[in-house]
Amino acid sequence: MTATDIRASSETLLTVEAPKKAANMGQVVRWLILFLGGIVMIMPIVYMLSTSLKWPHEVYNVNLWPKEPTIENYTFVLEDGRFYGWMINSTVIALITTASNLFFDSLVGYTLCKFRFPGRYIVFIAILSTLMIPTEMLVIPWYLMSQQFGWLDSYWGIMFPGLMTAFGTFLMKQFFETVPDDFIEAARIDGLNELQIWWTVAMPLVRPALAALAIFVFLGNWTAFIWPLIVTNSVEMYTLPVGLSSFGDEADVQWELIMTGAAISTIPTLVFFLVFQRFIIRGVVMAGLKG
Amino acid sequence: MSTVTLRNLGKSFGKTQVLKDIDLQIEDGEFVVLVGPSGCGKSTTLRIIAGLEEATTGTVEIAGRVVNNLEPKDRDIAMVFQNYAIYPHMTVRKNIGFGLRTARMTRAEKDERIEEVARILDMTDLLARKPSQLSGGQRQRVAIGRAMVRDPAVFLFDEPLSNLDAQLRTQMRLEIKKLHQRVESTIIFVTHDQVEAMTMADRIVIMKDGVIQQVGTPSDVYHKPANTFVAGFIGAPSMNMLPGTGSSDGILLKSGVNFTGGPAGTEGRSVLLGVRPEDLTPNGAATLVEGRVTVREPLGHETLIYVDTGAGEVIAKADGRHPPAVGETIRLSALPQNVHIFDAATGQALT
Repeated sequence: MTATDIRASSETLLTVEAPKKAANMGQVVRWLILFLGGIVMIMPIVYMLSTSLKWPHEVYNVNLWPKEPTIENYTFVLEDGRFYGWMINSTVIALITTASNLFFDSLVGYTLCKFRFPGRYIVFIAILSTLMIPTEMLVIPWYLMSQQFGWLDSYWGIMFPGLMTAFGTFLMKQFFETVPDDFIEAARIDGLNELQIWWTVAMPLVRPALAALAIFVFLGNWTAFIWPLIVTNSVEMYTLPVGLSSFGDEADVQWELIMTGAAISTIPTLVFFLVFQRFIIRGVVMAGLKG
Repeated sequence: MSTVTLRNLGKSFGKTQVLKDIDLQIEDGEFVVLVGPSGCGKSTTLRIIAGLEEATTGTVEIAGRVVNNLEPKDRDIAMVFQNYAIYPHMTVRKNIGFGLRTARMTRAEKDERIEEVARILDMTDLLARKPSQLSGGQRQRVAIGRAMVRDPAVFLFDEPLSNLDAQLRTQMRLEIKKLHQRVESTIIFVTHDQVEAMTMADRIVIMKDGVIQQVGTPSDVYHKPANTFVAGFIGAPSMNMLPGTGSSDGILLKSGVNFTGGPAGTEGRSVLLGVRPEDLTPNGAATLVEGRVTVREPLGHETLIYVDTGAGEVIAKADGRHPPAVGETIRLSALPQNVHIFDAATGQALT
């Protein structure tokens, strides 16, 4: 082997090594950023759990681990009869609004996406434009409506503004755009009516979107605060967030109890998320098309 | 009887007229291919027959009854789509059986029918699979199976092969043709590929800009093209068009060559003399084309040669083993019966 050959091969080695190191550095930076992001996300939860294990006098002490950890708060909250009622209220309301949103949002989204009718665009814009109005502004008209209909302090009153959402309709419409018309036309030729096509052909193809929407709506209603606070009067009708906030009054906020309730109330949302995230599988739609 | 008759069919999207006066009679059991460049209205015609689009004017008759006001499901048709449109969330068995959902059959009868179709298409062992576990050709077969299971009067195919690779396309072409011989249903097949049209059709309908240019057997449209569009569209490479003027004793080509023959009554008119590359042979009696070979394209069994005549380029087919060299000057002639004369202004055939 000549000298030139050796140099050539060592150069080759160098060029192979260099980008690898750069890639490693990039990887380290990337992991570091993700790690910091993770810390930021998890700290409130850690504090929530830690506070729920503290005695009242230790609450304003920012140590992560309580000096005298206690499960007294949990016993108190769980023995307080009101908590179960709020939990049931929240569960019923979140489940019904979720089901209602999945049904109506996708029905309207499908219609706006796959049917051509006069005024379609105007209807779509009208629905979208409601997204620009903040909840705070809607609360008073909602309240007046509830009052007139006699819905104050009832499930129906808490649920009605959220039974169908503009966001969900928009989301579903966009997802139905990814369902090729060929599927729908094939089903039409196969003799299905429009409602059957929507239910048996289009809906299964947007299952990932439905799962995402279910998670959004469930979490949104589970954590909703302002509207349930305004529309409910009796303690029995409170939802969890409203009920938890009642653990405090103007003089004294019982953070340890609020955090305990919050910690318990995250469990259903976790379960809900774990169930539905399995359905968020991408690429389902494309499998039936060209290969 | 599964005839399809289109009478005076027209379709407009707003002010754009995409179909004009389509008249077509398709016989029972016939394999008809609609072919043309994109935007010629062939798919629209098929979709009107299927009932997925409404005709602006005219009528569609299937098996003797006017179906304009019938839903697709009531027209006794089945359609295979370009994208197959088999449902990804259902197994092959469910996909094939989907069209039977509304049929008045017992479960056992339905199963039997599905198995029979699967047997014909040679996919019995694939029935439990989902579309994502199938190859492109198999998916296409499921789509065909879903159409077959309903035993329709008319099969409609909308460019079903254009998503397959070349080899699979040739194979599926043959399979569809065999299938037609076996089930003997009426088939209307849309494609933009003239080779598919030629190989599969009993009759070809060539369309352009929403107008039927010619209807005929593959042999008809190849050997007796009705106009310059058909002449250019069918056959690859395209027919050569040599411009010239009619004279008392034939046609005087722009290149200066005089072609004796052609129809009477062309004197003084601008005409186009069409001749297919394979009909141009060297060393014939009367020279039609003389020029220098500029490019050779060897294809193995033959070689395409591009000849610069001074009045335009001409393509000819030469022997695969001993083609003329680039730069060589050659003379080509054609038999009078293989020469087509077209009116240069209207494009219509005069022979």
